[in-house]
Parts: sequence; C-alpha cells; structure tokens
Amino acid sequence: MACFLVPAAEAIVSTIATQVVKSKEKEEVVNLHNSEGIVEETTKISFSKKLGWLNKMLWGGSALLAFEHVWHGEVTPFAPFLTAVQNGEVMEMLKEMSTAGVLMSVIVTVIWAGMVVVSDVKAKQIIKADK
Amino acid sequence: MTLLITALAAVISTAIWYKNAQKSQMMEGVLCWMYWGATLMWLIDAIFEYVELGAEYFTPAPIDMLNDAYLGVSVVVLGLIIWIVILLIKDPKGVIKAALFKKKK
Repeated sequence: MACFLVPAAEAIVSTIATQVVKSKEKEEVVNLHNSEGIVEETTKISFSKKLGWLNKMLWGGSALLAFEHVWHGEVTPFAPFLTAVQNGEVMEMLKEMSTAGVLMSVIVTVIWAGMVVVSDVKAKQIIKADK
Repeated sequence: MTLLITALAAVISTAIWYKNAQKSQMMEGVLCWMYWGATLMWLIDAIFEYVELGAEYFTPAPIDMLNDAYLGVSVVVLGLIIWIVILLIKDPKGVIKAALFKKKK
C-alpha cells in the first residue's frame, strides 16, 4: 500500500544526519605498510561515509519499492497519489506502514549497523597486524 | 520472483564491485547498495506474505510468476537507469567535462 514511505522518511533523516556529521568530523590518518613494504599515509573511512551506505540502501530500496507500488496501481501520478487514500483504506494503509514499513527500516538499519561493526573490527585487525 | 531477481542483481553487482574496487571509477557501489536495500525490503514483504499465505506462497500461479518476473526485470533496469544517471551527473572520470570543454590548441 505505502510501506516504502517509512524507509523513505528514514532516508531523509539519515541524509540530513550525514551532512551534519560530515561538517563536524576530522580525517583520521593511519600509517600502513603497502604490498611492497613501504609505509603509506592512509585515511580511515569516516562515519559520514558509512552513513552514506545506509542512505544509498534506504533511497535505492525505497525508489525501487515505490516503482513496484506504481506497477501494482497502489501509487498514482495524480492526487491523492495513494489508491488506499482514494478508496478509504487509510487505516489498513497505516497498519501496513507501521508493521511492514517499520520492519523494513529496522532490518535495513540493523544490517547497516552490523556492517559498521564488522568494518570497524576489520580495520582494527588490519592496524594491529600491520604493527 | 521479484525478490529473487533483485537478490541476484545485488549479488552480481557486488561481485563486479569487488573485482574492480581498487581501480574502477564506475561507481558500481551505488548499484550494490540500491539492490541490497531493495532486496532487504522485499524480503520483509515476502515474510509478511508467507505469514498470510503459508506454504501457498511458494506455489504461485504461472501468470503471477510471469508478472512478478516481468516486474523483477523492470526493477533491475530501473536500478541501472538510476545508476547511469548518477554516474553521468557525478562524472568521476571527467568524460562529460571533457566532452563539454575541449582543450584549446
């Protein structure tokens, strides 16, 4: 019905958060040996970059899901844009948004958080192994 | 079928990204994130449908399967269109810039 609106709303919030984080963060420089054994100055991946992963998943997923809703006639190009609203099925639509929509956002965010944790652990392992 | 086709697109685009990661300027990462995001969202959709339909979920009517496959392929194509538009706008290789501004001899 309109479940894609929940991750789309989260995408707006996370995109704004990314811009705020980006304006405040500083580069973290790490010295690592390259494959030839020469020490190279590298920058550690920033948190705003990691937030960018979440943004891309949320925006991309919502866009493709919105297309699916157009395909099934649940979204129309004219007002009120949602067939559920036009047919007086607002309560059902809100129920779907609060169940499937919220769960979509939660799962995408949890998977992203997992990737952030794994990438942090991996980065620490690389730095430790390099010493 | 839509979930399967999108998941397949996500896996293929991730493999292509990994293969070319260090030298490529084609922004394959955008495709990966987009398809993975959509795959996760459709997975939730599928779980809800499974809860509602039970085992019947795995035995769709041929016409529904065909329509879902058609939708899946259309979704993959739409993802590719979004990616190519982003690639041309961001122009990481400077191809558009070089096409618009020719060097004076």
